[in-house]
Amino acid sequence: MEKFLEVKNLEVQYVLKEETVYAVNDISFSLEKGHTLGLVGETGAGKTSIARAILRVLPVPPSQVKNGEIWFEGKDLLKISEEEMRSIRGDKITMIFQDPMTALNPVMKVGDQIAEVLEMHDTKLGKAEIRREAEKMLEMVGIPAGRYDEYPHQFSGGMKQRVVIAIALACNPELLLADEPTTALDVTIQAQVLDLIRNLREKNNTSMILITHDLGVVAEMCDDVAVVYAGEIIESGSLEDVFDHPTHPYTQGLFGSLPSLDRSEPLRPIEGLTPDPTNLPKGCKFHPRCPYATEECKTTKNEFCEVAPGHLCRCVLAMKNQEGK
Amino acid sequence: MARYIIKRILLMIPVVVGVVILVFTILYFSPSDAAAVKLQGTGTAEQLEEMRESMGLNDPYIVQLGRYLYQLFIKFDFGTSLINGTDVGKDLMQRLPNSLIIALSSIVCSMAVGIPLGMRNAVKPNSPGSAAGMVAALIGISMPGFWFALLCVILFSYKLNLLPAYGVGGIQYWILPLVANSFHGVAAQARQTRSAMLDVINSDYIIMARAKGVPEKKVIRKHALPNALIPVITVSGSAFGSMIGGGLIIETIFNIPGIGYYLVSGVNQRDTTVVLGGVALLSIIFSFIMLLTDLAMAAVDPRIKAQFTSGGRRKKVGKHSDDK
Repeated sequence: MEKFLEVKNLEVQYVLKEETVYAVNDISFSLEKGHTLGLVGETGAGKTSIARAILRVLPVPPSQVKNGEIWFEGKDLLKISEEEMRSIRGDKITMIFQDPMTALNPVMKVGDQIAEVLEMHDTKLGKAEIRREAEKMLEMVGIPAGRYDEYPHQFSGGMKQRVVIAIALACNPELLLADEPTTALDVTIQAQVLDLIRNLREKNNTSMILITHDLGVVAEMCDDVAVVYAGEIIESGSLEDVFDHPTHPYTQGLFGSLPSLDRSEPLRPIEGLTPDPTNLPKGCKFHPRCPYATEECKTTKNEFCEVAPGHLCRCVLAMKNQEGK
Repeated sequence: MARYIIKRILLMIPVVVGVVILVFTILYFSPSDAAAVKLQGTGTAEQLEEMRESMGLNDPYIVQLGRYLYQLFIKFDFGTSLINGTDVGKDLMQRLPNSLIIALSSIVCSMAVGIPLGMRNAVKPNSPGSAAGMVAALIGISMPGFWFALLCVILFSYKLNLLPAYGVGGIQYWILPLVANSFHGVAAQARQTRSAMLDVINSDYIIMARAKGVPEKKVIRKHALPNALIPVITVSGSAFGSMIGGGLIIETIFNIPGIGYYLVSGVNQRDTTVVLGGVALLSIIFSFIMLLTDLAMAAVDPRIKAQFTSGGRRKKVGKHSDDK
């Protein structure tokens, strides 16, 4: 069966004068219709670059998609014309931005910003109808339609994020790329926004890629999880696989640094910092921070091994354990 | 908005009066003697004393100031020139159109050329055309205005004999001053627009606009340009204001009777009434230009408009319009 979305060997680099930032290195994953994939990782792991590459809105220059294929509805999104891509953007694939404070144009009415995406893709609609549709979207995300003519500075952060969500959902997308939709919001609003996204997604059977560094959000929203570290997926599988049997030392470290109420021992944070993306370590990219690292980890490139059906892990140790069984 | 405009116009009164008081005070304490200027160094000591008495120069400072303010702001009389006895108000009104024509046409010209140039450069930084444009802008901004003006005169008037070198008259007389005066402005506008545009073009809402499927041209025109224009308007406003009084160099080179020229010759000849009148007029004009600049910014940026319309209070809509 053809996958709904399939990303193969995606590589994104930011080529600057003095150095090259290796943001996304050989990432492959796929997504089934109606499912939600969680991309988890630290700041700078390349999560946002993945989402922007799918939508082809990376800033050029300095970014370059070096390699890869992104298959969506039988087409490679990296090969189609800009014109064709434009008809997909905002209509079939949409994006929720990380920071609602900067994602809205400050000099444009919020209603018009929603109407704009309808104008682009629903060419049949007249002006009055578009306005009515945009007002409906505002109400759907819990903002009174009477505030159509207001500007972003008159809205709070949570309300701005709802407007961003309304823009993303206005054309009933098939794929929603949610780039840390709740990171900039405080916790009570986070819950509301997540509820909102979940309800709207279920109503339209939208597939979603949820980018976050919040494992709690992943547990609540996702069917599948991929853990991203230094531009690579190091572990992927179903939510249960990854959360109940974390295999990669990094994933284990992530869970080890989560506070919990019934935990008596102190937190065990992962030592060190994420590697400099301009100068990634050879071999396993996690080896400088890995408590189990061996000489082998420093030199050999680690490949995926299947620790359970559908549960992949990029670690030599896991591979050896698997062979030993 | 109307209330705001009225408030701003009323606020101009203390500004203009303050400027006049300041300049009057400086001139009062300056060593030059208006009576001596009026007699042009020919009078005897007695004649000088007589002249001082008749001009009221022996009165206390505060009386003289009060008299001048009364004359200027209540009777709208700028007084007469000490040197040639002409009515300063009339002189200024005669020269004002010349200065306004040069300033206005230069600012329009520099915006019309500079803004598209800067935009193009920000959007397509790697095209050869935009690189050449920016080099030209750099040259324009580094070159002294008077030197460029003289080069223009040499080329177009003496060598090619196409345009008159100086004076006022038909439209052909304005071309060289306009070009010379706006060259620097074009360069400044291009550089300002470019940096404002570069700030805007990588912001999230531009990527958002692209992610909506908006065509690139429209992204630039509808989303990036209005945001980039805000700093450009600020700069243009004050450039325009200072050009009216500061057109001196261009006015001197092309022999155009304008305000700047008039003011500086007043200063050179110690003609205090001319200086005071000129400064008063310029401060009024400058205040109006600043008001227009602020209004233009309010038209572009709703955040600024909200500040003007009494703290941006919005009308309540619905019961829970303010839920978060």
